[in-house]
Amino acid sequence: MRLMGRTVARRITIMIPQLIVLSVLVFLLAKQMPGDALTGLLDPSVDPAAIEAQRVKLGLNQPWHVQYWDWVTKALQGDLGQSFRFKMPVSDLIGERIANTFWLSLATLVITYLIAIPLGIISGRYNDSPADRLITGYTYVGFAAPLFIFALLMLWLFGFRLGWFPTGGSVAPGSVPGTFAYAASKLYHLLLPAVSMALITTVTTVQLLRSEIIDIKQKEFILTARAKGASESRVYNRHILRNSLLPIAAFFGYEITGLIGGTVFIESIFSYPGMGELFLSSIALRDFSVVISLVLLYGIASIVGALISDLILSMVDPRIRIK
Amino acid sequence: MLKLSSNKAGRTATGLEPDRSPSGWTILWREMVRDKIALCSLILIAAVAAFVYITSLLLDQEQIVRVDLFALNKPPSSEYWLGTDQGGRDIFGQLIIGTRNSLTIGIVVTLLTGLIGVLVGLVSGYFGGIVDNLFMRIVDFFMILPFLMIVIAFITAVPRYGILSFTLIMTAFLWMGIARLIRSKALQERELDYVKASRTAGSSHLSIMFTQVLPNLSSIIIVTMTLNLAANIGLESGLSFLGFGFPESTPSLGTLVSYAKNPQTLESRWWIWLPASMLILVLMLSINNVGQALKRAADARQRRG
Repeated sequence: MRLMGRTVARRITIMIPQLIVLSVLVFLLAKQMPGDALTGLLDPSVDPAAIEAQRVKLGLNQPWHVQYWDWVTKALQGDLGQSFRFKMPVSDLIGERIANTFWLSLATLVITYLIAIPLGIISGRYNDSPADRLITGYTYVGFAAPLFIFALLMLWLFGFRLGWFPTGGSVAPGSVPGTFAYAASKLYHLLLPAVSMALITTVTTVQLLRSEIIDIKQKEFILTARAKGASESRVYNRHILRNSLLPIAAFFGYEITGLIGGTVFIESIFSYPGMGELFLSSIALRDFSVVISLVLLYGIASIVGALISDLILSMVDPRIRIK
Repeated sequence: MLKLSSNKAGRTATGLEPDRSPSGWTILWREMVRDKIALCSLILIAAVAAFVYITSLLLDQEQIVRVDLFALNKPPSSEYWLGTDQGGRDIFGQLIIGTRNSLTIGIVVTLLTGLIGVLVGLVSGYFGGIVDNLFMRIVDFFMILPFLMIVIAFITAVPRYGILSFTLIMTAFLWMGIARLIRSKALQERELDYVKASRTAGSSHLSIMFTQVLPNLSSIIIVTMTLNLAANIGLESGLSFLGFGFPESTPSLGTLVSYAKNPQTLESRWWIWLPASMLILVLMLSINNVGQALKRAADARQRRG
């Protein structure tokens, strides 16, 4: 446990400079983008001098490092600035959207493992059987298929052609928060996007689990277990599965990182009001304060994801513990 | 296994020209021909590429991307084989040009990232120590970036955005994977006796790296770059789909799919987006098939023949 503490401390000290560089990079990028929020907002009849005055008031004509410092000190106090488009604090705006993305990601993760574990076990236990060939074929196609095309086909088929699922939004309009119908509607809107994403993201886990099980099946301790007279189901459930699930657990953090890019596509395709959708529309409308905050948030999420994976790995495998 | 022993026997036979062990390319090719699915995929890719590169020479891109108000959203007919889009532009022509553009950008990005990745990985792994540490910290930093968001932010920020800047931005954020892989292989390679022997015999680091270590890594590089090609075509079409890829005057496969963001197009005008989607799917699947076959070929334990 003390080793763990040191690993965490070391990783966090690496994380901080990474975050600082990321924030400077993103900030400079946002400043570099053509036009600012005022260009599109004010109508042309407004006196250019008034626009200039507004720029001065917002600090937009200061040198970048002054603006950056100003932004960092405020951000550390939880003030991420104002969204020009929505006329509200960025933190409130993100707060509204983050829940949607969180539920979408959680549902995707749950479905991913619900698919991956049974398929991986069948495929690994009965390798080279017809069932295994079928599953391997699926992982082959799923590995190659781009998420956005698959999701589009799912939306077309189940949303439009068959009409089984809603084709956009996160909740039916007019639902009252807190009621059972509201929660049910949320879940209903969540299902098709989450299943679409999970069917693609799950394939790497299936492949990993399959090869782990096949690997462990041939280990000597399995032979020992069999020799002791353990039943086949006990061998699989207690000895093989337990060992082959460890690497799967370790990849959990990277799974989170992978979700980040995925949700952007999924939210855009299913018009699901989450952070990815907010990012795309904000960048299109030059709502910089929102863009910067979102990129940083995503950056933190992927760093934390990698950290979680490293920690699980070091718990599982003593060889890679940092000395 | 049989083959290996016959090779050994050939080598020890005296007075005869020793059997040379087959070169990397020969092995890859042999495995490729044995794997029927991969061979079919390779032929399919070659056929599609040949078709789009030749026909696009005969097509007039200006004419295809010109808006025609008299032919909006036409379903497939004898005049427009795959119908027209909401700007009255011929889908079939756009499909050909789009495939050519997507393939070209995929290949260029793959080659560029391969070049940078191999150089960085080779130098880093071969020398180790401080050089390695420095390079790997840079790679680490790039790896944690939220790729999609940063690329989109860059694409929006670049003034006079065009195909060149798109290529460079893609390259700048995609070389790390291969660099890491090559580094780890080069690290193993440099511990081998042939490197020490060459060093003792007076070869320079540069010549060992490029004429001895690099050829030994060639099959891994080929495999990785093939798989990367599929991934890069997917990324490009994904970015174009989101509206951050090629400008609309240069259609890519993703641009055609992006028309499906309009619910009406998605629901009732399948001819606009479905052919391009299927083509992306088939291309990526085929390239992946080839890549997986090469991967098996490069790993002696998994070889089929």
